Amino acid sequence: MSTRLARGGRRIDRSKRVEFTFNGKRLTGYQGDTLASALLANDQMLVGRSFKYHRPRGVVASGPEEPNALVALGDGARMEPNQRVTTTELFDGLSARSQNHWPSLEFDIGGLNNHVARFLPAGFYYKTFIHPRPFWKHVFEPVIRQSAGLGPAPKDRDPDTYEQVYAFADLVVIGGGVAGLHAARVAGAAGLRVLVLEQTAHWGGRSPVDGGTIDGQPVQDWIDATLQVLEGMENVTLRTRCMAAGIYDHGYMIGYERLTDHAPAPGMPRHRLWKIRAAQVLSATGAIERGLSFPGNDLPGVMLAGALRDYVVEYGVSAGDRTVVVTNNDDGYRTALALKEAGLVVPAVLDARPEATGALPEAARAQGIRVETGRAIVKVMGGKRVTGIGVGLQAGEGSILEEIACDAVAMSGGWSPVVHFWSHTGGKLVWDEAQALFRPDPARAPVGADGLPNQAVGGAANGALTLGAVMTDSHNAISEVLRRLGKSVSDPAPAGDAPAEAPLHPVWVMPQGAGSKLKSKMWLDYQNDVKVSDVQLAAREGYESVEHTKRYTTLGMATDQGKLSNINGLAVLSDALGAPIPQVGTTTFRPPFTPISMGAIAGEARGDIFQPLRRTPMHAWHEAHGAYFEPVGHWRRPYCYPQGGESHAQAVHREVTATRTSLGLLDASTLGKIVVKGPDAGRFLDMLYTNMMSTLPVGRCRYGLMCSENGFLMDDGVVARIDEDTWLCHTTTGGADRVHAHMEDWLQCEWWDWKVYTANLTEHYAQVAIVGPNARKLLEKLGGMDVSKEALGFMDWADGTLAGIPARVFRISFSGELSYEVAVPASRGLEFWEACHAAGADFGATAYGTEALHVMRAEKGFIMIGDETDGTVIPQDLGLGWAISKKKADYLGKRAQERVHMTDPTRWQLVGLETLDPNERLPDGAYAKASGTNANGQGNTQGRVTSSYMSPTLGRAIAMGLVLNGPSRMGEVLEFPTVDGRVLSARIVDPVFYDKAGEKQNV
Amino acid sequence: MLILTCPYCGLAADETELSPGGEAHLKRFGPGSSDDEFTGYLFHRGNPRSVHFERWRHANGCGKWFLAARCTVTLEVFGTYPAQTTEPPAAILDAIRAKRPDWEGRA
Repeated sequence: MSTRLARGGRRIDRSKRVEFTFNGKRLTGYQGDTLASALLANDQMLVGRSFKYHRPRGVVASGPEEPNALVALGDGARMEPNQRVTTTELFDGLSARSQNHWPSLEFDIGGLNNHVARFLPAGFYYKTFIHPRPFWKHVFEPVIRQSAGLGPAPKDRDPDTYEQVYAFADLVVIGGGVAGLHAARVAGAAGLRVLVLEQTAHWGGRSPVDGGTIDGQPVQDWIDATLQVLEGMENVTLRTRCMAAGIYDHGYMIGYERLTDHAPAPGMPRHRLWKIRAAQVLSATGAIERGLSFPGNDLPGVMLAGALRDYVVEYGVSAGDRTVVVTNNDDGYRTALALKEAGLVVPAVLDARPEATGALPEAARAQGIRVETGRAIVKVMGGKRVTGIGVGLQAGEGSILEEIACDAVAMSGGWSPVVHFWSHTGGKLVWDEAQALFRPDPARAPVGADGLPNQAVGGAANGALTLGAVMTDSHNAISEVLRRLGKSVSDPAPAGDAPAEAPLHPVWVMPQGAGSKLKSKMWLDYQNDVKVSDVQLAAREGYESVEHTKRYTTLGMATDQGKLSNINGLAVLSDALGAPIPQVGTTTFRPPFTPISMGAIAGEARGDIFQPLRRTPMHAWHEAHGAYFEPVGHWRRPYCYPQGGESHAQAVHREVTATRTSLGLLDASTLGKIVVKGPDAGRFLDMLYTNMMSTLPVGRCRYGLMCSENGFLMDDGVVARIDEDTWLCHTTTGGADRVHAHMEDWLQCEWWDWKVYTANLTEHYAQVAIVGPNARKLLEKLGGMDVSKEALGFMDWADGTLAGIPARVFRISFSGELSYEVAVPASRGLEFWEACHAAGADFGATAYGTEALHVMRAEKGFIMIGDETDGTVIPQDLGLGWAISKKKADYLGKRAQERVHMTDPTRWQLVGLETLDPNERLPDGAYAKASGTNANGQGNTQGRVTSSYMSPTLGRAIAMGLVLNGPSRMGEVLEFPTVDGRVLSARIVDPVFYDKAGEKQNV
Repeated sequence: MLILTCPYCGLAADETELSPGGEAHLKRFGPGSSDDEFTGYLFHRGNPRSVHFERWRHANGCGKWFLAARCTVTLEVFGTYPAQTTEPPAAILDAIRAKRPDWEGRA
């Protein structure tokens, strides 16, 4: 069993007990424990179930590479799934639950999958759920969805807060091990602005566990001394619990700092996302140990040798009393020695190499540890944890020579440099044959904006695996970085000293001659249950690319992203393909290094400040008068103003009726208002609009259409000629910024010699639409200017004063009623709006919202950008040919509208639609049925609904739509199937439903 | 996230300040052009695995459009220049050729 040892544990404070729960069971650990060490100390070896076969899973690693021990951490809204126990620091009250099992961790029904594993090979999903077709939707998918995913997602809003900071550095050092600390000290002494990111809570990495000396000092003493120097440097920033998450273009980096995960503190931000610009980045990220692929290597109790050693030395925790070490390198012996020193039993070290004569194996022998070379583990005994192993020949097929009883296995397959950050921005790797590892290729480094290398790698991350090599390599790397930054190095390289290590012997399958039965028990990816046999099957089925094999088998696709399994997996693939490892290559390393919280990514941008809100000067009035708002771009516009318990539909009905019968007031301030001015402004607008704007007389308004260069209608609005060289272009609310950018694009990039200036004045003016038969009376009551039919005719505009406020009055109508749009300075918008309501009280002046606006425009057959248009509609489709100049040689979109598809007579055309049942409203977007089916067996269509409303004015449902040959099919009835299975019949009619002669607006 | 120097205001701007505008130096074809010319102008874009000339607007800055020569593989920037030109300036071309002797020129 795993337990807490009587002594040892550098990280823990035995005087401070910490209480926590696992699956509701109350357990205790010590201050300084990780959740992993505390669970092991409580003999909780079994911590989860694997994804596919629901096999029992125990802790296998001691760091971020852990694939197995994922738990749901916290409760309620704070519950977070898939948290690695190895990187979770223990705190009082921590609550963790295991995942992916039912009904319990110990007894799991899904484990039945394990017994049919033979029928769940690689690519199982791709092969199995094809036929019969209906089964996918009704049987397979629901079942797969039920069993997919590891932990459950939290359901409530995250109550914690998060923050983000920006940082700039000459050098970011990733990793605070001995290599990183040395590099930081050298760079700091050279005066550089240095930021050091260490993902754990401790400096020094794993060197203190592995031992040795630097410059004659024990490693920990050297770390303490170096830290003291660094802390005295003002130009050096040190952050622990801060993981580099990714490196992006031109030295941009993301750091992920866990501020209070280890000690929850209400009111404090939980995580901090660092957004960093670094001139240079030095990865001192160390290496991750690889497992060995022997049959039964996934049983709880089989752990990485380095991790086992960490638990003993750092936390005083043993995984078992009797631990067999299996290795292909000298480093594995360190674990045997550490266990022995802790008073534990190491029945044997099984070394796959033919001989082991290095300093570490000799030290093990000198301690009386039995060392067997050329040996392999060929069997692991036990159910939910290891009870023993079978020893065989590494060169053999798996015959058991001897059985050894044990309760833990320490495996070491060598170390893989953490090359992730080098690879994030395109740095290439080279296969180091002697050490059997990929390391960064200095000749193909990632580059910055200037095309020169902006990253370096030092220490174990660069393949320098012994302490002496680590320090030399770190020094070389920082020297190169300083050279790039124009600085020189004065200090000598520190001398690291540790026992020499003999070369490892690559072992990808153990034993070498294992048959298919044994290979189907050799796990590569523990979390996703990918075995040696799966990768070999993929190769047999023709998957040659490592990227394809990854997706087919799901190797390395789990939350650990293959930190343990990738190299072993691609080595197996390379062997199956008969291709050398460097030729097979690695899959792509992508950020983040380990998962980071969505909260940190969102930062403060949530709730009310998720995005900026634009408010008109009258916004507060709308709120005070019960407006129901709808978002239009970043604006909030009143949709309607429900009064005294009205439904929205009732409010819209009231607003439309009041406007049509007397007087309605609309806050139209959000409409885009762009001034275009200059000697060439008329010429420019003639290019921008489909109709002629240069001929518009001063004092007049004209409705205009704007198309993109590929002919599609993008915006519309009324243009007013202000003076000889000035036009004011109104745009849609959502289109103002886009249209202004569109204008600037053409002016700056195509017609840059034209003398035109544009300015977006949208927020400079508040605008009020005064609409209805009593509109003129209201203006007269406000007083200050002549608004008679003679002085201000339809489509005229005039400057003047209304109610003492400077005003520009446009006599335009989007409702078909007598209508004025009045623009006043934004600062006086509310005052004017309130004056309109006060003076209009006699006429029952009614504020109306966007829905009433929509209904009234539809009653008149006016199009709405975004309803009748969707980016595939041209003005000709909408019966707007009258707004397209035939005289102009060119305008944006003209050439495109001459293309064959644009002139096709079968393009759907705008019509009105009246349901035969006047109380039945057509659904927006409904399609009109046509006879026959298309190539996919789907019913043909001959039109669709673009707008649909209940018209209070007409007392019936009305709609607009685009229909094949529509304008020539007046009176025909079309059928529109609805999603609830009914079919609505509607007659094709003229799209102008109300006041076809246009008499009401022209009074 | 790229950094490009706006040639108008001289700022080294983060990509969040910029908006992209696709390939630079397109020749506009309007009415009277052939279908091939027009579709070529409107739709056919270079996608070189090397130096690309592209349009950027300092949208959250001075508002000006400018052009950039950037390697699509390494993201190396050879220079930025005002949009009011139909051809890349000689200095930019020289900078590219100095670093990429085998560059085949603009596609």
